[in-house]
Amino acid sequence: MKKLHFLEVEGNTKGFYTFLGIFGLISLIGVLAAYYMEHHGHYVTGMSNQVVWGTPHVFAIFLIVAASGALNVASISSVFAKTAYKPLARLSGMLAMALLAGGLVVLLLDLGRPDRLIVAMTKFNFVSIFTWNIFLYTGFMGIVAIYLWTMMDRPYNNLTKKAGMLAFIWRLILTTGTGSIFGFLISREAYDTALLAPMFIIMSFSFGLAFFMLVLMASYKYTDRPLGDYVINRLKNLLGVFVAAVLYFVIVYHITNLYSADHRGISAFVLSSGGIYTFLFWVVQIGLGTILPLLLLYGPTGKNRTMIGLASVLIIIGAFAQLYIIIIGGQAYPMVMFPGMEVSSSFYDGVVASYAPSLPEVLLGLGGVGVTLLLVTIAVAALKFLPASLADEVVDPHAK
Amino acid sequence: MTSKIEKEDLSRRNFVFGSIAAAGLTVAPGVMLYQTANARDLSKPVSSKVRWGMLIDTTKDVDWNKCVEACVKEHGLGNEEHSRADQRTQYIRVVDVKNKTTGYSMSLPVMCQHCEKPPCVDVCPTGASMKREDGIVLVDRHRCIGCRYCMMACPYKARSFVHETLTDQKTTTPRGKGCVESCNMCVNRVDNGQLPACVEVSEGAIVFGDLNDPESDISRLLAKHGGKQIRADLKLNPGVQYQGI
Repeated sequence: MKKLHFLEVEGNTKGFYTFLGIFGLISLIGVLAAYYMEHHGHYVTGMSNQVVWGTPHVFAIFLIVAASGALNVASISSVFAKTAYKPLARLSGMLAMALLAGGLVVLLLDLGRPDRLIVAMTKFNFVSIFTWNIFLYTGFMGIVAIYLWTMMDRPYNNLTKKAGMLAFIWRLILTTGTGSIFGFLISREAYDTALLAPMFIIMSFSFGLAFFMLVLMASYKYTDRPLGDYVINRLKNLLGVFVAAVLYFVIVYHITNLYSADHRGISAFVLSSGGIYTFLFWVVQIGLGTILPLLLLYGPTGKNRTMIGLASVLIIIGAFAQLYIIIIGGQAYPMVMFPGMEVSSSFYDGVVASYAPSLPEVLLGLGGVGVTLLLVTIAVAALKFLPASLADEVVDPHAK
Repeated sequence: MTSKIEKEDLSRRNFVFGSIAAAGLTVAPGVMLYQTANARDLSKPVSSKVRWGMLIDTTKDVDWNKCVEACVKEHGLGNEEHSRADQRTQYIRVVDVKNKTTGYSMSLPVMCQHCEKPPCVDVCPTGASMKREDGIVLVDRHRCIGCRYCMMACPYKARSFVHETLTDQKTTTPRGKGCVESCNMCVNRVDNGQLPACVEVSEGAIVFGDLNDPESDISRLLAKHGGKQIRADLKLNPGVQYQGI
């Protein structure tokens, strides 16, 4: 095993500026979309008094959940002492911060009054899970920054394990907090379950690693740095396990719902009668986002780099479908105020609420992804996040 | 800290109330005297000795839409120009309920139920969603950041989000784009010793009063006939109760 050597990405190149331009533009369009929404009000979106959280929340929750998941690679290295993952730990920590930043930008810009951020940062209601999350998010940024510092500054390397442990525990609490935003809502059938907290943790493992692998493969491809099969195969095997674990939680969630009469409605809705949500569940989340990636990762194509990349993309598409069903499907399904009764009103009681994503919402969401990738691009050029080589002879302890 | 805020609040209230009183006494002494007869002393904080509530008798033959109209008029609602129907604010709505097996049907007005343990207050990150000491649940429009978490949490779908810039609002009901709002039990009227707008036009089908006072009409009716809560299983103990549901 050769010595590991980290190196910044050359910043003064055409390729670098191209990526900077593309991601900057996507971010800018996102900000402009948010300005358009705020200037006119949310009437220009698909959101309503029935579906109050729309597409921006799907993107924001994806990015925030993926953020804590992206940190896993570093945690496996520092906390579980797997040296094979050590070369990837810096990118893992940095990507986690960038994903969280992207998600928070979307969440903030979708507020009715984003100009009142200062109110959110100074007036707290400590019973609110949102308030806990404000501290969990800012804490995550701080802890991961310290963690990265202990990794990158040689005199402090001995603190990496401790910082890594703290970051690992913090990220578990953070995703529990994200899941609990929904899990503690007693009013809606889709959410009223503590299962959502652990489910969100396992979702973060899967979404975060899929995103991490794409960023890893893309950055090594476009910088012409060697990336061996040893690293990729370990990661893709792990990714497959996470995808299967998410499937397990989805099955348990729906079986639990179907078993109790007062929660049967929402699962019957998602699984069979929900129209677009049923389509998204079976075709996109389960078919394209779960079964196909598992076949690609563990089947005969399992060693093919392109297929591994495709599997990662499909997992992310499945992730969006899953969050769309949870967030928007969960609100579209009518709230039960009078169990067993047929209900109607001028306020859409008793009917499935209609929702169609509007362009500004989608652009704002994509803007969050743009911010994440922009930050990653700048970071890899500014500091030594990426090893100069991840070839097998560098990272595989058994390489000859 | 608290006492300082209270002092500031008090002096501000005194000033505001004093100015109003001075103006009122000069212009319309008769009106002023009538209103202060039942009005709360605005120089003192709201007391938890009182818990305002409503008892709605759904068996009475009343056109509930009158309550909706009165609410719209009182709070200046319905002035959206761009919002879709599913985006417009409704503080109170008429819900038609039908039993699928027996065919029995009824209508009832549903608004913020002014829970004793309001989920909207629990989830609000900034404390904008709040419950007054006298049980009225309302939104501080200066503190609401428009995150809409309270709308996710409310089991009665009682809240609306302002989807566009509004003009010509009532001074008693400040409303603004990007904030969440809901029935505030006509807090402006209640503090003045008047009945909520919907109660006033309900022809006696909605009784408003102090749930903590055993001698009040509402308490006596509840003691005699009982009252039912919507989603009583959630144990939120709403201040709005029903008969005949």
